[in-house]
Amino acid sequence: MTFHLAQLNIGRTVGPKDDPRMAGFYGDLDRINALADGWPGFVWRLVDETGADATSLRPFGGDVIVNLTVWEDLESLREFTFRSGHLDVLRRRREWFVPLGDVYAVNWWIPAGHTPTVDEAGKRLDLLRRNGSSPEAFTFRDPFPAA
Amino acid sequence: MDAAAIAALAEPQRRAVYEHVAAAGAPVSRNAVADALEIGRTLAAHHLDRLAEAGLLEVSFARVNGRSGPGSGRPSKLYRRTAAEHGLSLPPRDYRTLATVFADAIEEAGVEPALFEAARRQGERHRKDDLPPEELLRRLGYEPYEDGDVWRLRNCPFDGVARTHAALVCGANLALLEGALDGVRIDPRPVGCCVTVRRSVPGTINNEDRF
Repeated sequence: MTFHLAQLNIGRTVGPKDDPRMAGFYGDLDRINALADGWPGFVWRLVDETGADATSLRPFGGDVIVNLTVWEDLESLREFTFRSGHLDVLRRRREWFVPLGDVYAVNWWIPAGHTPTVDEAGKRLDLLRRNGSSPEAFTFRDPFPAA
Repeated sequence: MDAAAIAALAEPQRRAVYEHVAAAGAPVSRNAVADALEIGRTLAAHHLDRLAEAGLLEVSFARVNGRSGPGSGRPSKLYRRTAAEHGLSLPPRDYRTLATVFADAIEEAGVEPALFEAARRQGERHRKDDLPPEELLRRLGYEPYEDGDVWRLRNCPFDGVARTHAALVCGANLALLEGALDGVRIDPRPVGCCVTVRRSVPGTINNEDRF
């Protein structure tokens, strides 16, 4: 069986979408999403009814935005996250996101072709928060191979 | 283990061979090393194999002339620097563990702006030395090389911590270099440091420098 990597990360924003402090983030979002869509190994990302991004979805609370993606493998996601134009967004995250005070990102393996749901992603995040990195829910720092 | 690896560099000519391979950026052949250092091919091979035995270089085989199939000859033995880190500290020191702990705490507290500001101040101290950018970058361990109108940096001096805390370390690194030099930009590539530094090309006047 072929496995793909699912990844959830969430962030509590410093203000709503029309807050001037968020302009840098939202102004760059389409460019970064397009970069992801074209990145080698990218499979899928969650979008809301606009079809552009997922920023109107708030399954984890009113000021917490969600990013749920699928990749062919961990290395593709790692390269995009740390070795593309996305790195500069990551570097500046504290301009737009307040410390969550808890684990905010989780990775897990899914059968290729499966589309993860927000509910499923939330359960994986809970697993990671409860048990630490494990084959069912792991961090970048302590990854596990696909089964 | 590390002491033995480092001891392999004690011989000055062997060290020159190592530095040539490290600076090449791509695997190099025995002949290329012999030509560059103006030494015999057998001597170059001896040094390269000693460095490989010590774990400082790694070996691959490829046909350097691009030919393949019958009549294209044996593949050449090629050498490049290993990704493994070698260090020796007497008495033992472990700043990396401490840096990792600091990075965890900074991330949890969300005080990245304070980190970047401290890094910028650290960089500004280097401005007083008034060194040419290439020399400063070399001294700081970045291994700069020319790429059009910028210096690119082959080595990340903070790689070990950057792997676990990229946002923090790359951000601090950028701020440090912005503090030290002009024309610093972030431009991530698959390998090496994510920063580029503008080169001042002789005979041209750079508007950013004038105003």
